[in-house]
Amino acid sequence: MAEAVVHAQRYVDIAWLWIRAAWQYPASFVMLAVGNGLINLLDFLGLWIMFSHLDRLGGFALHEVAFLYGASSLGIGVADTLIGSVERIGTYIRTGRLDQMLTKPVPLLVQVCADQFTLRRLGRITQAAVVFAWACTYVDWSPLRVVAAVSMVASGAVVFFGLFVAFSCVQFWTHDASEFANAFTYGGATVAQYPLSIFPREVLVGLTFVIPIAFVNWYPSLFILGREDPYAMPAWFQWSSPLAAAATMLVALSVWRLGVRRYTSTGS
Amino acid sequence: MNQPLVDVRDLSREFVVRRRVAGRRRRVRTTVAAVHDLTFQVGAGEMVGYIGPNGAGKSTTIKMLTGILVPTSGHLRVAGLEPSRDRMTLARRIGVVFGQRTTLWWDLPLRDSFELLQRMYRIPDATYRRNLDTFVDLLDLGDQLDTPVRQLSLGQRMRGDITAALLHDPEILYLDEPTIGLDVVSKGRLREFLRTLNRERGTTLLLTTHDLQDIEALCDRVIVIDHGTSVFDGELSALRGRGGSSRTLVVDLVDEAPPIEVPGATHAGSDGPRQWLRFPADVSAAPIVAAVAARYEVADLSIQEPAIEDVIRDLYAR
Repeated sequence: MAEAVVHAQRYVDIAWLWIRAAWQYPASFVMLAVGNGLINLLDFLGLWIMFSHLDRLGGFALHEVAFLYGASSLGIGVADTLIGSVERIGTYIRTGRLDQMLTKPVPLLVQVCADQFTLRRLGRITQAAVVFAWACTYVDWSPLRVVAAVSMVASGAVVFFGLFVAFSCVQFWTHDASEFANAFTYGGATVAQYPLSIFPREVLVGLTFVIPIAFVNWYPSLFILGREDPYAMPAWFQWSSPLAAAATMLVALSVWRLGVRRYTSTGS
Repeated sequence: MNQPLVDVRDLSREFVVRRRVAGRRRRVRTTVAAVHDLTFQVGAGEMVGYIGPNGAGKSTTIKMLTGILVPTSGHLRVAGLEPSRDRMTLARRIGVVFGQRTTLWWDLPLRDSFELLQRMYRIPDATYRRNLDTFVDLLDLGDQLDTPVRQLSLGQRMRGDITAALLHDPEILYLDEPTIGLDVVSKGRLREFLRTLNRERGTTLLLTTHDLQDIEALCDRVIVIDHGTSVFDGELSALRGRGGSSRTLVVDLVDEAPPIEVPGATHAGSDGPRQWLRFPADVSAAPIVAAVAARYEVADLSIQEPAIEDVIRDLYAR
């Protein structure tokens, strides 16, 4: 446990240096952050326009879709900000940077995640937070629902954290596969921005048992919004997001260890 | 019993290479030994040059010594640790400088990179300050501490990288091409610093380089590696005197003359009154000089030591 605290401190130390490095070019920093937020805003505007033509999407009203959208975007936004650099493993391998990191007395995962830390993705988080906050004003809150919401956002970030790490590890085997990872991480986040009731049941099953993105927002939101589960999955799924997060993390860390072992044993 | 700091015995590292072969649809897997049955020991306080042509297995060896790469077979201990298993523990006791890559933060002053390293290595404040003061003074980096790394010259940056690798008092410092791209003055300064470091702190140095002047200036001992295995391990002077290499006697005669003939030496060329005589490196020059002086009217004499480049070329060629 004490070790984990030390690792977290090292993470903050490294990230802080990158933030200060980025501030050497304040104009570019601000422009990137604003641009990032704008792109995501357009994203949501798309949803908005869609709702000017229909009342409900998969049985969900705009504020409910916004709730799902906000929760998913917040989850991936937080994960992407904290550990987005893990996607660059392939580049680190090619440029020899990974070798340099391996000679430092700090766990490789901590170094990789903190490397090139940037706050520019705050644009995405801010936008997601605004949408989520607006949607929250429609929710009929109870203490239990507040707990569910907090657990949802935290677990969502951890699920995406795990997916980023796990799928980035593919690059230990094929160096240029960051797009492959994107299909599951950003792709998954995009799918989860819509009510899963618009998809065939197979998609939901896949997003529950294979890539647990349905736990990022769908199941807990059903509880918080007081909605009937259109697919009638077990009710305890709505409280299982932390479990799904822990499982994803466990798998991700194992895959990471395998990947690093593969690297140190093949040197490529 | 004094244990060697670096203990390498029968170390091998194989790589699987997939190659396209004409006439076959699938790529063929072949195993290539980058390092093969390599054995050497380095004691604390030594300065060892580790040289060899490109692809000889130098970087593979360094990667195994630092724990980046797991050996295929053989025995390997650095400071009593097994590098690939105890990589993070070992990291605190070694310093690594890759000449062609920097570990410094490009956009930030040198000082910031150093401070991050202090935290990464958990260096006590007192040690950190003392080391920083020492190295900044020895390497003349005082004015650069607050300059962004991207504005430093290559030589300044290299000195910064070396300081970065030394702040945690490593017992052994690996230097991969530390003088590459530096001008003569910077090279000289860096070599002087490394000598001081070794003398005053007893830091063990393992240096890979293509610049043989680095070796001549720094290393008492040279390990030459070729095709993954050590082809020479010994003192620099022994490498020079090794069979096949020869010294040259340059004779300036008063007048032009036919090729000089003296026992023990062969004529290697003439240019007007100047002639070159070659004789084995392990033979004394005195009788040859005497014989020449007795038979010819000599204006001047000088002896050229075998160039280390030639000796090593001979070694590689075998």
